Amino acid sequence: MSATTHDHAHDHHDHKPGFFVRWLCSTNHKDIGTLYLCFAVTGGLVGGILSEIMRAQLNFPGNHVVTDGQAWNTIITSHGLLMIFFSVMPALIGGFGNWFIPLMIGAPDMAFPRLNNISFWLLPPAFTLILIGLFMGESGSGWTLYPPLSNATYETGMGMDCTLFALHLAGASSLLGAINFITTIFNMRAPGMTLHKMPLFIWAMLVTAFLLLLSIPVLAGAITMLICDRNFGTAFFDPAGGGDPVLFQHLFWFFGHPEVYIMIVPGFGIISHVISTFSKKPVFGYLGMAYAMVAIGVIGFVVWAHHMFISGIDVDTRAYFMAATLVIAVPTGIKIFSWIATMWGGSIELKTPMLWAIGFLFVFTIGGVTGVVLANAGIDEIVHNTYYVVAHFHYVLSLGAVFSIFAGFYYWIGKMSGHQYPEFWGKVHFWLTFIGVNLTFFPQHFLGLSGMPRRYPDYPQAFAGWNFVSSIGAYVGGVAFLVFLYVVFRTFTSKEHVADNYWGDGATTLEWTVSSPPPFHTFAELPRFR
Amino acid sequence: MQAAYGPLKRDEIWLHDIVLVIITLITLFVGGLLVWVIYRYNAARNPVPSRTSHNTIIEVLWTVIPVVILVGIAIPSFRLVYYEDRTHDPQLTIKATGHQWYWEYTYPDNNNIDFSSYIIPDDQLKPGQLRLLTVDNELVIPINKNIRILTTSGDVIHSFFIPALGVQRYAIPGRTIETWMRADTVGTFYGECNQICGTNHSRMPIVVRAVPEQEFNAWLAQAKTKFANATPQAPDTTSEPRQQVASAGVQH
Repeated sequence: MSATTHDHAHDHHDHKPGFFVRWLCSTNHKDIGTLYLCFAVTGGLVGGILSEIMRAQLNFPGNHVVTDGQAWNTIITSHGLLMIFFSVMPALIGGFGNWFIPLMIGAPDMAFPRLNNISFWLLPPAFTLILIGLFMGESGSGWTLYPPLSNATYETGMGMDCTLFALHLAGASSLLGAINFITTIFNMRAPGMTLHKMPLFIWAMLVTAFLLLLSIPVLAGAITMLICDRNFGTAFFDPAGGGDPVLFQHLFWFFGHPEVYIMIVPGFGIISHVISTFSKKPVFGYLGMAYAMVAIGVIGFVVWAHHMFISGIDVDTRAYFMAATLVIAVPTGIKIFSWIATMWGGSIELKTPMLWAIGFLFVFTIGGVTGVVLANAGIDEIVHNTYYVVAHFHYVLSLGAVFSIFAGFYYWIGKMSGHQYPEFWGKVHFWLTFIGVNLTFFPQHFLGLSGMPRRYPDYPQAFAGWNFVSSIGAYVGGVAFLVFLYVVFRTFTSKEHVADNYWGDGATTLEWTVSSPPPFHTFAELPRFR
Repeated sequence: MQAAYGPLKRDEIWLHDIVLVIITLITLFVGGLLVWVIYRYNAARNPVPSRTSHNTIIEVLWTVIPVVILVGIAIPSFRLVYYEDRTHDPQLTIKATGHQWYWEYTYPDNNNIDFSSYIIPDDQLKPGQLRLLTVDNELVIPINKNIRILTTSGDVIHSFFIPALGVQRYAIPGRTIETWMRADTVGTFYGECNQICGTNHSRMPIVVRAVPEQEFNAWLAQAKTKFANATPQAPDTTSEPRQQVASAGVQH
């Protein structure tokens, strides 16, 4: 049935404009989503190459892959910013968000299609600016940008300014996207789809959009002050002029902590759909799942100073932030257990997306429980800024968020492209990645507990063993990424066309009612939601 | 983890080990559940899925039990945070000032003895000295004394970090941060700057030599003469070795 409806749909709805207008002046949510996904792969590729360079340098103590400390610092800075702003966020929010918010709520497009276009087109210039900062070797402050190291005395070049402006552009892009998402979700749901009937991915994107809306302006303020400090003689963060470096840390982390939830909450949404589809069961505890995300979002705004336990903040402040941080474990636990309960009693098919989703549950649990360790300010005193922290946030982001991206990719690529991925190579990709990343990041817990500081290009002999293991893992992960590129190649050169709902009964949301790929314009007539 | 040589680290290890047991059990529990559902509810074994999507009792349970566990962790954790904060009867005060890329130590109680502690470049290491962990002037402390630590910085943010004694504080320009430490045993304890501070971030270790009180007093007497002429901010003498360290790192 698929082929005929598919062609039929084509005849009716497809008035695709020419290449230039279609891709550069796009106002179509699907095309913009595709642009975002391609952009995310590019960003991830560059960021990934930087990680391989870093692990090659750290393979042995006294290595000389990167010969210069400043170059090293620039690489780690760019790696962090690229992965966050130019890979994970564009994939989850711009990519899957744009593609599937309108499809899942039965809307013809986003609320502000032109705003959507500029949201995307702010990113390539931002990406260029980051690369300028990288190749000029002048943005060696770490992605946290702490002054005084990031001010004009210690980072004298234009490269640092380019990096800061890149964040301004990327921030503006996210902010406009968030406004667009919130408006779309609140106003354009199909008749009958109340808030409490929205798919969980939509709930996740709504929470994410609010987090962006409230946190990005604070980052914009902080980096504007930093740019003024650097170029216009102000002293917001300079003690010599009555400023305070710790003020920047507060502003940065007021943005920075919600930011980590911005990267993981969309993943929560994707994982819920994948698990429900492949267990052939509705999500367990839907309302609890939705409000757990809301709770995580709200609490995420009042825990920022747990990144600053040793910045000399008052002991009572530390006690408060410790308690608030521990609280986050509760809604997170609710989500993990609800996902398992969704699988419980189900009829589980271990297709590639489901493998990624189960892998997500496992690595996210590890990243979550080490978060509980770090939340204890008393323990944080000896693991703050060590490789323990590096392991922790890579378990939740590089493994958690990225696993959810791949789960989403394998789940939806047939819908987006009309061609199915090769199942065998998808599984190879999963297992290689799973082994590679665990081999990379699990030993880093041990390094951190032994006191190895992060952002070090060279380390004493004592840390050699686990660093070697970690580097081997990174190379395996790199090979896995090549397999992913092969999967993409095979998918797009495939001649097979897939049906509207190729996952069968488990897939119940609205995107499975349209053809694969969906026509250029969907839902010209609004669907009715039961 | 590095072994404990002071009460702070001992308490930190104690709490960490408890939390580690709890999180390991949780991870194994979740992992076990995953393996079980994959096995038991596989499509081949369980072709007809149930439609259950609510169970109030279990939802309340998996909210309340984590809360109880977290409260259990929080109580000793609060105690530790307040214990680590500062000492009320400091028997010695040491000020640690971070610089790009060396530490400067001051003993305000003892004639303001003040000296700088530079890394030994790789090509000047003697046999047996640890690479990246050996300095020219170590920070000498007496054992069994509560030592008040004041950290600050002369340029960018650094972090004064000694894993074996379980103490860490940022060194932030324009601020002086107070904390404390105590060593129970004689020994040499190594730490490294733990907040990114520029090119030679990895080349400004902290080396603490804990000695018995008598030996410490002897060292003090000697240090008073040895470092008598050392001026804290002497750009001419300090900038030269800094350059050497930087280039040594590149060339070697």
